[in-house]
Amino acid sequence: MDITRRDLIGIGTKLLVLGSVGATLEQITGAAPPSEAYQMADHWWGMIIDIDKCIGCGNCVRACSKENNVPQGYYRTWVERYEVEEGKQPRVESPNGAMDGFPPSTRTDVKSFFVPKLCNHCADSPCVQVCPVGATFVSPDGVVLVDESYCLGCRYCVQACPYGCRYLHPAKDTVDKCTLCYHRITQGLTTACCENCPTGARQLVDFKNPHDPVHAFLRDNKVEVLKPYMATQAKVYYKDLDGSVR
Amino acid sequence: MIPGVDGFMYPNEVELQWSLLIVLYPYITGLVAGAFILASLERVFKVEAVRPTYRLALLTALAFLLVAPLPLQLHLGHPERSIEMYLTPHRSSAMAMFGFVYLWYLTVVLLLEIWLEYRADIVRMAQTTTGLTRLVYKVLTLGSENVSTAARIIDDKVGYTVTVIGIPSAFLLHGYVGFIFGSIKANPWWSSPLMPIVFLFSAMSSGIAAVLLLYMLSMQVKKRPIDMPCLDTVARYLFYCFVIDFTLEMLDLIHRTYEADESFRSLDFMVHTRLFFSQVILQICLGTLVPLALLAATQLFKFGALARRAMYITAGSLIMIGIFAMRWNVVIGGQLFSKSFLGYTTYKVAFATREGLVPAIALMLLPFAIFLLLVKLLPPWPEREVVDAAGEGRA
Repeated sequence: MDITRRDLIGIGTKLLVLGSVGATLEQITGAAPPSEAYQMADHWWGMIIDIDKCIGCGNCVRACSKENNVPQGYYRTWVERYEVEEGKQPRVESPNGAMDGFPPSTRTDVKSFFVPKLCNHCADSPCVQVCPVGATFVSPDGVVLVDESYCLGCRYCVQACPYGCRYLHPAKDTVDKCTLCYHRITQGLTTACCENCPTGARQLVDFKNPHDPVHAFLRDNKVEVLKPYMATQAKVYYKDLDGSVR
Repeated sequence: MIPGVDGFMYPNEVELQWSLLIVLYPYITGLVAGAFILASLERVFKVEAVRPTYRLALLTALAFLLVAPLPLQLHLGHPERSIEMYLTPHRSSAMAMFGFVYLWYLTVVLLLEIWLEYRADIVRMAQTTTGLTRLVYKVLTLGSENVSTAARIIDDKVGYTVTVIGIPSAFLLHGYVGFIFGSIKANPWWSSPLMPIVFLFSAMSSGIAAVLLLYMLSMQVKKRPIDMPCLDTVARYLFYCFVIDFTLEMLDLIHRTYEADESFRSLDFMVHTRLFFSQVILQICLGTLVPLALLAATQLFKFGALARRAMYITAGSLIMIGIFAMRWNVVIGGQLFSKSFLGYTTYKVAFATREGLVPAIALMLLPFAIFLLLVKLLPPWPEREVVDAAGEGRA
């Protein structure tokens, strides 16, 4: 059968009309609903970090900055490079939060490693404790968040955070910090930093999910949280964390 | 390298969050508490010698208390939301609860005590003045115009009770400011159970010194003779308070040095470098040792009235400077080192910004303007007959 130009135009028009109707219907009916509505009570989020896998590329910092519109000069996540020499104070650097990675190290006689940092989403958060109006809070799924429509900008929480994870957003005049990409994880996605880590050094975990690899990770490895003596019940666990890390 | 940074700071730590205005806040609150404690010496502890400073101390406390929340307001990112601290306070927050302590102290203690103390004067002035002034005094009587001896006795009894409640309230007010800092476990420079009590005694010292200086200045302006027994007594109590304050601060220092925990190296470095001038020179040497020596000398040796006055002025002024330096060292010093203990940042006071030097100076001058207004409205030195009447009422 010969297909004429007229036939092609006719078929094309019909397909266009059908597609438009379908798209309109999808709009009206609200499209395909999520297969399962997100239940906060079913989750308890945290993160595991494998120090030995981090190569200090800074992908996580860039991804976080882009995903969350982090203002320049402030960091929801950053990476530190430690160079530890026997009997001396460790030398630590994090140029521009490792946004552009690190320059090559000139030292070969030291223990060197990278430490990605972010809010530890502590279960007993000092920042939550001190907020005078309760603008910063732990969500039922274990994420420490700031209600920017309620924050006074007093910065008491910035002082109370032992890990230096908070800052005052220069444009909003409210305190800002890592949200564990709450807008993503409640949609079944992982965080921007985890998604963009080329070596899988950072991994979002759900402690309430019995099938989550975190349980094997905690069981099979020597893990530690930052500044355990602060007793904040931090939920970011590091594998093989060196004792010099602060 | 980041300019102004030595070693390693967490990237968000480089910029200081609490500025000069937050230095003013504990300083001003301390002056309130100190002035009130001095007023209570006469009222509750019957130290009659300090009677000439009683009303002056109350007005000083009020002038500073009215200004105390302003540095905080100016510092907030969203001052328009500060009312939420009262409407939806977060009960685990020391800062939220401070709002209520402040309100309690302002309304229940200070305003009430001043009103009771001045009620008879206010009624008298409402009757003897004319025009707008009369209206102001009329409003201030709050409709209570009975100044009979029986009514004055009731005023006195209620006033006494308010002062008795006021003493722990004043302790609470400034102890609480200390607690706001002392309870931050993330910061070893602040985290100390001694902090509230150190703040309290330094507050008492600065408040008493402020009233002492204001009293001498007022007498100079009013061309009235200075009551030397009064001045000597105030100076004696200032000495006692300051000795306790110094002892507590030394205890804290010795404890930190002896214990030498993880943070010590960092804090020690800071004291010897960035805080050397404000801590060692201003706070410890000029602001503590010199005034302590001067006050101790006045207790141990006999000096003429003129020499004593000069020594009190010098000691009082140095104490005020020293305690301001102490507040600076606590607030600013506590943010100059990294919580990683691996680096240090710097702080430069901005000039005419919202949290800069200009608003800070304005905020420090404002209480004095309010004080002048209060002195005009409620003269602390009543006419002779009023003093006698009050004396009879109290008897």
